[in-house]
Amino acid sequence: MYSYSDFDEAFVRARVAQFTDQIERRLDGSLTEDEFRPLRLMNGLYLQLHAYMLRVAIPYGTVSPRQMRQLAMIADTWDKGYGHFTTRQNIQFNWPKLPDVPAVLTALADVEMHAIQTSGNCVRNVTADHFAGAAADEIEDPRPYAELLRQWSTDHPEFQFLPRKFKIAITGAPKDRAVTKAHDIGLRMVRNAAGETGFEVIVGGGLGRTPMIGMVVRAFLPVEDLLPYVEAVLSVYNVLGRRDNKYKARIKITLHETGQTEITRQIEARFAELKPLFGGQDQRLLADIRAAFAPPVFRTAPTDAFDAFYRADPVFRSWADTNLSPHRNDQYAIVTVSIKAHGQTPGDATSDQMRVLADLAETYGHSDLRISHEQNVILPHVHKSDLPTVHAALVKAGLGTANVGLISDIIACPGMDYCALATARSIPVAQEIALRFNELQLEHDVGPLKIKISGCINACGHHHVGHIGILGLDRAGVENYQITLGGDGSEDAVIGEKTGPGFAYDQVVPAVERIVLAYLGLRQSAEETFLQAYARVGIGPFKAALYEADARDAA
Amino acid sequence: MSRFSPKVITANRLREGDVVYLTVDDRWTPCHHEAELLEDEAHAQLRLLEASAQKLLIVGPYLAEAKAGPNGPEPTHFREAFRTRGPSNYPHGKQADYAL
Repeated sequence: MYSYSDFDEAFVRARVAQFTDQIERRLDGSLTEDEFRPLRLMNGLYLQLHAYMLRVAIPYGTVSPRQMRQLAMIADTWDKGYGHFTTRQNIQFNWPKLPDVPAVLTALADVEMHAIQTSGNCVRNVTADHFAGAAADEIEDPRPYAELLRQWSTDHPEFQFLPRKFKIAITGAPKDRAVTKAHDIGLRMVRNAAGETGFEVIVGGGLGRTPMIGMVVRAFLPVEDLLPYVEAVLSVYNVLGRRDNKYKARIKITLHETGQTEITRQIEARFAELKPLFGGQDQRLLADIRAAFAPPVFRTAPTDAFDAFYRADPVFRSWADTNLSPHRNDQYAIVTVSIKAHGQTPGDATSDQMRVLADLAETYGHSDLRISHEQNVILPHVHKSDLPTVHAALVKAGLGTANVGLISDIIACPGMDYCALATARSIPVAQEIALRFNELQLEHDVGPLKIKISGCINACGHHHVGHIGILGLDRAGVENYQITLGGDGSEDAVIGEKTGPGFAYDQVVPAVERIVLAYLGLRQSAEETFLQAYARVGIGPFKAALYEADARDAA
Repeated sequence: MSRFSPKVITANRLREGDVVYLTVDDRWTPCHHEAELLEDEAHAQLRLLEASAQKLLIVGPYLAEAKAGPNGPEPTHFREAFRTRGPSNYPHGKQADYAL
């Protein structure tokens, strides 16, 4: 993986020293909270409901065993023994104390990590396909481009005070696992007629208050034009984007107010100005970065042990069926480790679990770990013969849940259990749905079904693109949950449709159960997924299942 | 003009970040029921000014809706009720630290 250059190292250390000084000046009263707040946000430090929260970037979701162990050490030393993996491939510590933050940041810098640009109106942590460099369907590993974007965007003087935050996602595969269409800029690698690789550039996607699927502004961008083109998009947005109203400040609104044709014209005009200025320096840098992402030396060995276990052990088989994905080397598999044990908080890993993951990655996974936006941890390169051993170790650590892509593999934001912006809780809703379907022993029958829960309209839980989306709101001082159906975060991205009136906290799980039972009743076969059935029958039968029973009871 | 509804003053501690309430004798307490219940609007605004001046102790003071209870002020909104305890997924925060 990429290792810090001397420049990166010096930059991160200088920032730690600078922010340490700012914290000291806040604590001695030289800085007021109004002065300090933007400084701490630039360094990923929030003040939440019950405590401070530090958001640490995991660039493009890639983390080494050494870094994972350091995160575990930080959790044990300055937090409560766990960390929360987020929907943007970050990790959050929920309980740091302000005077300890400099020590935490120093410990992060020791392993080439930081919390810079994880908040504020700047280019945020660039996210990527969590199967990058391993997926069977991939054109090219997108992470060198993500790293190039990270270096370019870090402390970029022109883009430190954008109208609003700016999120870039990148994938090198046709199957979109990075929700690129719901980002300010989504980059999807494609090939043109001549077989050359480039990017389809999608702009103006985003969830939140005004959910939108992004529009294609360039169908084929040669890979060498990436930086000047992205800089052109940012540059046009920086001028046109609205600073008068924070609810209209994201590029998706700029795009709609300006029009796709006009904004595309402006981007292309700016790109023509910028391209000559880059002078090839970015390409030399990219070549160096690429070398750091060279694939591991794959082992060649028999896979009989895997086949034998698969036939003999139903628990292993169930896990293999849900948690493994095809690797580009057919002797290998991609392991998705579920951080969604039934009844546990989605995305929370204890320090012990982090150390187990680090050990497994080192021993069996070519020292590579990934964090997915779906709040799971990936071992991207495991030889199939090692899978039974890896599975056994995961089970022992409480990480062996066979539910990836199923109903209990729920994305949930921290919600009102932690977040100062939340309007309702998300975590307990996720916990209860998972427990209920585990009790019913239904989730393997139900098959692929993504539930996504947000505790406020900002949609960190991606509820708009959940097959079943749940949005927690405050309705006259009571938690109330709005349900959407048919959302999809894949390459066929679509925003879900609202079912109707919301549900009280204790009615959400029964409501989800009615939706799922309705699906089981109307699907044409076990092969027809929830999303396919929804596309065929529409929202009507689900609305009937949700509301007509209530109407009958009331009558 | 609508009648002023009772409030307490709440904030987060600067160093620890935990939730605290202003008492009648100018202490910051983690216990909601020890807070001063403010039933007069002018007095509430004055107390908020005094609280806001304590920049080395607390962050973000505000008036939160509350009501009188048998043991002292009680929160009326679920957000404020969560703030008295801590998260619902773990026994962390005040519910653990103070055995509430």
